[in-house]
Amino acid sequence: MHLAYPAVLAVLLFCVGVYGVLARRNAILVLMSVELMLNAVNLNLVAFDVWLRDVVHSGQALTLFTITIAAAEIGLGLAIVLLVYRNRGSSDVDRLTDLAEPPEHGAPGHGDGTASGAGAADGTAADQNAEATA
Amino acid sequence: MNHVAAHHPGFLSPTGVEITFVLVGLATLGAALLTVTTRQLVHAALWLVVALGGLAVEYLLLTAEFIAWVQVLIYVGSVVVLLLFGLMLTKAPIGRSPDADSENRWVALGVAAAAAVTLVWVVVDAFRSTWVDLHGVVQGSSHATGESLFRHWVLPFEALSVLLLAALVGAIVLSRRDGESAGAGSTSGTGKEKS
Repeated sequence: MHLAYPAVLAVLLFCVGVYGVLARRNAILVLMSVELMLNAVNLNLVAFDVWLRDVVHSGQALTLFTITIAAAEIGLGLAIVLLVYRNRGSSDVDRLTDLAEPPEHGAPGHGDGTASGAGAADGTAADQNAEATA
Repeated sequence: MNHVAAHHPGFLSPTGVEITFVLVGLATLGAALLTVTTRQLVHAALWLVVALGGLAVEYLLLTAEFIAWVQVLIYVGSVVVLLLFGLMLTKAPIGRSPDADSENRWVALGVAAAAAVTLVWVVVDAFRSTWVDLHGVVQGSSHATGESLFRHWVLPFEALSVLLLAALVGAIVLSRRDGESAGAGSTSGTGKEKS
């Protein structure tokens, strides 16, 4: 088999994952895109392992390790997303702007001011909520 | 690898494995595209099943049998179920949600397209005349994989089991709700999913 086929497929899957991570708003959809990127890397590892005929099978062993780490990552990521949802009532990554710099007042904002204002209001409500649950 | 490429037929007469690989690859890529573009959140998870299953078939075609079945077990079996649980517990809308994509979608599209063009060019240029020999002894049988894993990779394997334990404990701690204050400030019952 031509080695370019799995390599190009892995590249395209990785770029689809990049698009998903950058363009999606729901945190769980972002995690799905991360899974796509990890799978692209796995395909590369398997293809190069089969190509090189490695005697210690580094590629396939690393693929197994990556799958394991991806399982751990998805578990922890979903736990964090659920915690954020429980505290904020939303899992939109666009609205989690408490650590962002406040927008400049003179700037010609395109919806940024209202968005971060809503984020700040959410932050105070979430603080009260966190104090109530703590 | 030029001597190998010399007696290979080239792009114009692909073998059956290559044709199957390309077709399954196209299906996988289409499912992945639908995963990141569909506006129905549950459908995104289901298209992810198709994409990951297609990748398992690609592993089988690359003679990595053990990886393929691990992929089916871990990804299609558990990761997608976890994602669906997450979608349910965050009360994802069932129908079409118009705000599934953020406003910087076109910037993301540009970045992804630029990365795709660059990487495809580099990869095709680098591996234009390399061929994977799929005949002969199977590379990824469970015998070969297990032997290499437990002969050369024992220490990373054990370290990884400790990492999994740490991740399990961390997920439980993160998603646990304290018993005495559970009724005070809670509005949604999302506490028991990890335990």
